[in-house]
Amino acid sequence: MSINHNRLDLASLRARLGSSRGKEYWRSLEELADTQEFQEFLHREFPKQICEWNDPVGRRRFLKLMGASLALAGLNACSRAPAEAIFPYVRQPEELALGKPLFFATAMELSGVGAGVLVESHEGRPTKIEGNPDHPASLGATDLFAQASVLTLYDPDRAPAVTNIGDIRSWSAFLGAIRSLLQAQRALKGAGVRILTGAVTSPTLGSQLAELLKQMPSARWIQYEPASGDGARAGALLAFGTPVNTIYHFDKADVVLSLDSDFLTCGPASLHYTRDFIARRRLEEGKTEMNRLYVVESTPSNTGSKADHRLPLRPREIGSLARALARHLGVPALSAAEGSVAPEKWIAAVARDLQQHRGSSIVIAGDYQTPEVHALAHAMNHALSNVGKTVTYTDPVEAEPADPVESLRRLVKDMEAGQVDLLVIIGANPVYSAPADLNFAASMSKVGLRVHLSLYYDETSELCHWHIPQAHFLESWSDVRAYDGTISIVQPLIAPLYHGKTAHELLAAFTDQPERTSYEIVRDYWKTQKAGGWGAGQTAVAGTQSKPDSPEFDKFWRKALHDGFVPNTASPQRSVSLRTDWTSESVKRSSGPLPSGELEIVFRPDPTVYDGRFANNGWLQELPKPLTKLTWDNAALVSPATAQRLGLSHEIAWRGGEHGQVLADVVELQFQGRKVLAPVWIAPGHADDCITVHLGYGRKRAGRVGTGAGFSANTIRTSDSLWFGSGLSVTKTGGRYPLACAQYHHNIEGRNLLPSNTLNGYKKDPKFAQQEFPDPLKTPSLYPGFQYKDYAWGMAIDLNSCVGCNACVIACQSENNIPIVGKEQVMRGREMHWLRIDQYHKGEIDNPEVYYQPVLCQHCEHAPCEIVCPVQATTHSAEGLNTMVYNRCVGTRYCSNNCPYKVRRFNFLQFADWETASLKLLTNPEVSVRSRGVMEKCTYCVQRISHAKINAERENRPVRDGEVLTACQAVCPAQAIVFGNINDPDSRVAKLKKEPRNYGLLAELNTRPRTTYLAAVRNPNPELEKT
Amino acid sequence: MSQIFHRSTNTLSKLSIFGALFVLASLAWLIAGLNRSSYITQVWVAREQPVQFSHKHHAGDDGIDCRYCHTSVEDSSFAGIPPTKTCMNCHSQIFADSAYLEPVRESWRTGKPLQWTRVHNLPDFVYFNHSIHVNKGVGCATCHGRVDRMPLTWQTASLQMEWCLECHRHPERYLRRRDQIFNMAWEPPPNQIEEGWRLAGEYKILDPAHLTSCDTCHR
Repeated sequence: MSINHNRLDLASLRARLGSSRGKEYWRSLEELADTQEFQEFLHREFPKQICEWNDPVGRRRFLKLMGASLALAGLNACSRAPAEAIFPYVRQPEELALGKPLFFATAMELSGVGAGVLVESHEGRPTKIEGNPDHPASLGATDLFAQASVLTLYDPDRAPAVTNIGDIRSWSAFLGAIRSLLQAQRALKGAGVRILTGAVTSPTLGSQLAELLKQMPSARWIQYEPASGDGARAGALLAFGTPVNTIYHFDKADVVLSLDSDFLTCGPASLHYTRDFIARRRLEEGKTEMNRLYVVESTPSNTGSKADHRLPLRPREIGSLARALARHLGVPALSAAEGSVAPEKWIAAVARDLQQHRGSSIVIAGDYQTPEVHALAHAMNHALSNVGKTVTYTDPVEAEPADPVESLRRLVKDMEAGQVDLLVIIGANPVYSAPADLNFAASMSKVGLRVHLSLYYDETSELCHWHIPQAHFLESWSDVRAYDGTISIVQPLIAPLYHGKTAHELLAAFTDQPERTSYEIVRDYWKTQKAGGWGAGQTAVAGTQSKPDSPEFDKFWRKALHDGFVPNTASPQRSVSLRTDWTSESVKRSSGPLPSGELEIVFRPDPTVYDGRFANNGWLQELPKPLTKLTWDNAALVSPATAQRLGLSHEIAWRGGEHGQVLADVVELQFQGRKVLAPVWIAPGHADDCITVHLGYGRKRAGRVGTGAGFSANTIRTSDSLWFGSGLSVTKTGGRYPLACAQYHHNIEGRNLLPSNTLNGYKKDPKFAQQEFPDPLKTPSLYPGFQYKDYAWGMAIDLNSCVGCNACVIACQSENNIPIVGKEQVMRGREMHWLRIDQYHKGEIDNPEVYYQPVLCQHCEHAPCEIVCPVQATTHSAEGLNTMVYNRCVGTRYCSNNCPYKVRRFNFLQFADWETASLKLLTNPEVSVRSRGVMEKCTYCVQRISHAKINAERENRPVRDGEVLTACQAVCPAQAIVFGNINDPDSRVAKLKKEPRNYGLLAELNTRPRTTYLAAVRNPNPELEKT
Repeated sequence: MSQIFHRSTNTLSKLSIFGALFVLASLAWLIAGLNRSSYITQVWVAREQPVQFSHKHHAGDDGIDCRYCHTSVEDSSFAGIPPTKTCMNCHSQIFADSAYLEPVRESWRTGKPLQWTRVHNLPDFVYFNHSIHVNKGVGCATCHGRVDRMPLTWQTASLQMEWCLECHRHPERYLRRRDQIFNMAWEPPPNQIEEGWRLAGEYKILDPAHLTSCDTCHR
């Protein structure tokens, strides 16, 4: 029986909003509507039927069992500790002190481009990823994919062995099997050989491929990245006649215009860009200047949520807007004006703002936009004299830039024609991810021998003769370039768990030295690279046997491994000039006004599982996606107005005692003759008349976690509409689908938790936040205060900096052994994240402002949880932490009930995995693994505090400011989270807490939280400011 | 009407009330005693080991420093358990043919580690750090007893929480000078309390409020 009252009624919501102003800040449309049913949903913790007793166990029997368990529970302690064995090394590695982690520098590649990381290793097992502060693409931060990569490493579903049509074989059997075919192909100059990889920036792999193509000149190498747009490459080709890599310098930009670019969270440079961009928005120490960001986009993104002015437009209309804007900025040779899609006032104001900041502005186009929009952005940057200042160009970082779709099309044509005898697929999963119109799977079946190298035995492996397990990047030797060309050498942290092979080793199998290890291959390549900066003259040629190493090379090699990058390998700037004739060139016009009402479809990689490669990663599956807060599923995102027009909606359901489930209407999306069923999600701020679907779901062979989650958008994606296309039709099926949406969890009703202001408002009244939220320490209290002699740990989170990228959530999960619970449990509101990112909307539902607020345990001075615990399992430490003692906890959950911040998490079931062998290697030995019936919560990473304190005390000195980095703080690319000793007036956190924007969450409750927030400020253009 | 119960039942009922209390109290006392007995704590119980390794011989008779084998005791949470290599440093020359040492030589030949039985075993939710204790004036023998007199090794301390807290509440009773940490035969001076306070000040030992905060050991 479901209670069918909470169906969101957009028409009446609009009618209500028309007459009254509604809430200023709202988490969900339902909250904004604030119907009587929603009020009941908030206040009623349990459904109405809760008082009926319909358990099979009778009351008497229940009491008997409870009594007996209570009486016997204490006996648990009266047991002998089990005998434990201890295994020393036979030969202990040098530098390894048991109990002390070591850190190694390496780099993680995503879509071909790398970012430096430092990996924490406990006695040989990598457990945690940190950023590499010296690496330009990391600067000490990481994205969520890097954080979650350790889980993929230990994933028990990874392919365990070399297989031939499903039977386990050895690597040498594989080498034997391809030998005769290779001999035949060499005679044919490799005419029947095709190698399909993802994007390649690795210099070693590039040279291996080049060498292979030299030996077999008729063979072909295809690069296909399902989640990378080709707009930047093709746009540069269009604008400059040569492919270039564009680098933006947000640290020098006062005004930024993003044309559908999510530069803060997507792309290989996002960490660096976020750091630079946010640095220009910091309002510390009396600074009152901020950059200004305009975003035009169709799908709400993290970057859009930081915009000072955001304009939702359909993807095709973004092209028209770019043209109109370019005309305003004086870009020459543009065709006559066409029907404008954006308000002329908006365009004029943005153009004026950009003009006023010539040389200190940026126009950036999104990867998924058309080449034309990219070329227009280049032209605008030229017109604004930004080139050389905020925008610079280098050579492409890819070994061989290519049009991915065109080369994939050609491959399919060759396969169809029966011209391919050997297809080697490295890393990619084209059967799942190739555009549907190419019929990749069908044409692949015409290939004589198909070899697949991948982490998982996936959709593509099923259709290949040979499957070779791939080594994870934490098991591999390789090298990779970062967004600016900087090369990192990838070194392994652990021997391959499943005898995996790297791409280097698989490629070597097709040469005359099939047994070379990737260590030899990478090292030998670098011996030939004098220009890499290691000096001494070397004559070794790649492919020859390694010679004894010169001491200079050894020094270079060790330094590069130690630092995590090869010095001075960033690509040098190059100057390019705009072609004069680019506008007249016939550009495929996939932009321009569309008849209103015609629906467009937008494809995007998923913010958490990306193109599907992370589908079996439970951390990423359960991570609430930014803006939608959905977990375990994708959905068809639609704007409120379009949903209203199409009669689509969703309703909050409650289930089994707790809320958390949303029943969404299911629609059939029909695009170019292909159909897929998808649940609908109403996304405030989405452009009207278009629907966004995310890739990466609907996997058929992902593993126990990812298989069957969501729907596959690839089934309706075609090669001519890779990222968007018009002509979508939507039919309501009448069915409904349960979605697990975390946005409805932890509602803190009726209270304003988030102040914000404009820059002008802030200048007039810097203490606006504190007026709304009075300083907690000034409220009188009956209890005597705690005295803190040495340390008083505290945290300040700058909401103006937070971009909502979610890296901190995964970092916390990885550091603190936080389990995942599965979709079913998320729908009951039982997710275990210690740190969540609350998200608030402000203003109208069609284009609201979005604010993020990371909420973790506030470590209250007057903690409501501490006083209600009957067994003192949660206590106040001498340094002001609310400590949680798991071994004392008996699971009454009183603390959680009394916590106003809803940050305590309860192990309703045995969520931690104690069984799977490989996952045992993943756990952080410094943090207890919790079991069923135990409450847990953020500890401020007490293990890191302990570590720093012990180090300091051994040296007889106090802990220095910045010595303790919590896991969330360490990965934050925006440096929004600052932790430290608030007893020390010179510490950064103490200074931040003195900022006028500082306020305590729910301070009026007199909980005196140790975690405080700095209110967000926006910098709208006065010309466009709403009255 | 006659009485249903005889007069003596008054005494009986009183006896049974107090008797029940007595039984309950003795049961509690028994459980508490049992919990602290060496049956549960395994204190004073020598563990069988794959090699009859004698601390008495190595640390006592030969006078080998603790840190020769337990190398990381001064800078890691874990004192370190010597790799087979450490044994072979000497035993490739001394007692090289001894039958007792065959498991060691086998480990060395095959690369398979020796499997020792753990003597001091804390629960997994307790985080003990050796380095901070030896750096702050807690000697090895304070917790491990006279290891130099143990042919096979046993525990001399219960490792129960009350035992930990005893020192965390009164560190002055146990502190010694840093140059005496590895001295097995160290005896507390007559003015130990006074000397202990002085050392606690010198070593900047945190006050008991810090030392007994839950998060000092549990996290």
